[in-house]
Parts: sequence; C-alpha cells; structure tokens
Amino acid sequence: MHEWALAEAVIAAAFEIARKESLKEVREVKIKVGELQQIELDILEFALSQLKPAKFKHTKFSIEVAKAGLKCRVCGYKWVFKKEKIDENVAEAIHFVPEIAHTYIKCPKCGSPDFEILEGRGIWLESIKGVKKEDG
Amino acid sequence: MVDPRTSIIDERMRGIDRIIAVSSGKGGVGKSLVAATLALTLAKKGFSVGLFDLDFTSPSTHIILGIGDVQPKEEKGIIPPMVHGIKYMSIIYYSGEHVTPLRGADVSNALIELLSITRWGTLDFLVIDMPPGIGDATLDLVRLIRNIEFLIVTTPSQLAFETVRKLASLLKELRIPVVGIVENMKMNDSKTVQQQTMKLGVEFLEEIPYDSKVEEAIGNTNKLLDTILAKKAENISDLLRYSKPKRRQSSIYM
Repeated sequence: MHEWALAEAVIAAAFEIARKESLKEVREVKIKVGELQQIELDILEFALSQLKPAKFKHTKFSIEVAKAGLKCRVCGYKWVFKKEKIDENVAEAIHFVPEIAHTYIKCPKCGSPDFEILEGRGIWLESIKGVKKEDG
Repeated sequence: MVDPRTSIIDERMRGIDRIIAVSSGKGGVGKSLVAATLALTLAKKGFSVGLFDLDFTSPSTHIILGIGDVQPKEEKGIIPPMVHGIKYMSIIYYSGEHVTPLRGADVSNALIELLSITRWGTLDFLVIDMPPGIGDATLDLVRLIRNIEFLIVTTPSQLAFETVRKLASLLKELRIPVVGIVENMKMNDSKTVQQQTMKLGVEFLEEIPYDSKVEEAIGNTNKLLDTILAKKAENISDLLRYSKPKRRQSSIYM
C-alpha cells in the first residue's frame, strides 16, 4: 500500500495548487504515472477517492501511464523498461525506489549501469482544472 | 508538470521533534559511526529515535549496527523496522549488498522518494547519516526539511577542517542551524580545531579520541556502547536533550 503514500502526496500538491490559484472547486487532476515505478493503478485510484478533501468532491482523477524510456550514457542505446523481464524481488525494490534500477538493470547493449531515465520514472502531476473564486 | 512528492514531506516530518543531519565536508571522518552511536545512546536514554542512512551510494550504518534480516513494513507508505531500539531506514532494504551507482539527480530523486513515503510516526530525534560533502543530499535537505539542524564532524586534520569551514559558512549564509562541531579521531591535545570552530561562531561540542576498539565493535552494538566513542556520544546526546532546538531564521527556504 505504498501507493497510498503517493496518493497523499498528489492530493497535498493538488490542494496547494488549487489554493494558490484560488480554485473554489477542482474539476480534473491529470496524473502521469511512469511504468518504471509499477504503481498499481486500482490501489492509487482507490486511495485518491478515499483521501480527497471537500474541494475535490467532484474531481475527476485522470491517470495516464507513461512508458519508461531508458538511455545508456555510455553507448547511447535507448530501450524501454519491461517489468516482465526482471525478477519479482528486483521489480518490487524498483517499485519502492525507482533509482534502484541502477543497482540491477544494465544497458542491454554495452552492460553499463550508467543510464538515464528519459521518462516514465514515477508519479507526476500533469495539470489541474477547476473553477476560480469570483473576485471581490 | 509538478512533482507531487515534495508536498507531503512536511506532513511526514511533523511528528519529529528534532532532525539532526550528521555531516562533514570530507569522507572518512567517522560520520556514520558518530551518527549510529549517537542514535544508540539517545535510544538508550529512553528517547524515541530514528536513524536514516542517506549515504545511498556508500551506506554503512547497517554494518555498524549489525541490523540482521529486517525489512520495513508496508502500510500506507513504509514503516521502518525497529533495530536495537531505533527506527532504522536505509536504501539497503532495496539494494541489498549490491552496488548502487547513482548520479546527482538520481540521488536527489531517491532521497525525495524515501522522504515522501517513509512514515516515521512520532520521534524525539531523527538522526540522519549524510553522504560526505556539500552535494545533492545537503542541498535537498535544507530545501525540503524545515526544521533540520546540522551536526558537523571533522578530524584534527586541516584538510578535513578546511571543508568543514566551507560547509559551516554555507549553512550560516543560508541561516540553517548548526548544533555544533565534533572533532573525531583525536590523537593529541591540540586545541586548533576547537579555536577555529569558535572563530566560525559555531559551538564546539566534543572531542573524541581515536579508539582502536571501535573497529572491533562494528556490527556489535553492545561492544560499541562500551567504547570511548559511545561515552562521548552520550555527552553529545545530553547537550542535545538539554538544548532548545535551533530553528532557522528568515532563511530563503522558509
């Protein structure tokens, strides 16, 4: 249930933005979830629905999944992380701390652990839509 | 695009009374030993204590404490296991004994991840074993943890103290509180470090003589608590418990 902690972070961040932008109601929160972290979407959705404050009563949480693109810094090879290709325990370790990928994953071409996570690492807040408070 | 994780860190730290980052300008000054022993002595005095190893590429407090086969519990985040009376958190739960080669941005990302998902609960003290130097971990902690205080470790060497001077002046400039400087592995009676510390306007907390028994005590907390290092750590823990937490004043990070 580590998704719960991430859902709390999403709500806290969205709440902060809504307050700064004087939104009286939040209609939509777009979240991007990277495949490297292998977040369980149904748990994340459930946690978000349980945690949402009053201002988020009618909020739609749209979750988009992004492929995890990796690029070797030594030979330049680009590849996509596939959970199925790695050991279950390793996948779980990466789930908690995606940077652990550098411990277990090597460039398929040259074997270097020095690769860049181009996209699809973890959780991001893409955008927030809502209704602004009337001035005055 | 916003990283939501940093928004929850305040909430995760809310139940912690004092957060002490044990730091140094250079490696090899005994930071991890001081941090681990300080956490142990505070726990022995009945405080609720956490120890967080933030030296991701070269963690060592798990070896000092001899943590055995423990793992955090997963419950709406992760809850660090209790090890020798300390809530203990380290990247080694995930990396095992394998090497974890990380660049700066990865260190920062892993640090933010662990800060945002670790549920410490209520603690009197959270001791943080920092990586050496003034890099990502230091900059992230001063940015993300409102009530962080630094405890700086040096050796009698001018090479170590010179880097400590830089770390201390940076923290001073950023108005981040420094509880004091500890001089470790002292081999003679020189007061140079003590005098230079005072010139920096920082409190000199304690001098710890070089103790060959410490190396033999690694992995055995009973032996470790029987060293001169532990006696000195006890003095430091008394200074901490009877001093008021230092809070940052009008810092750019507030």
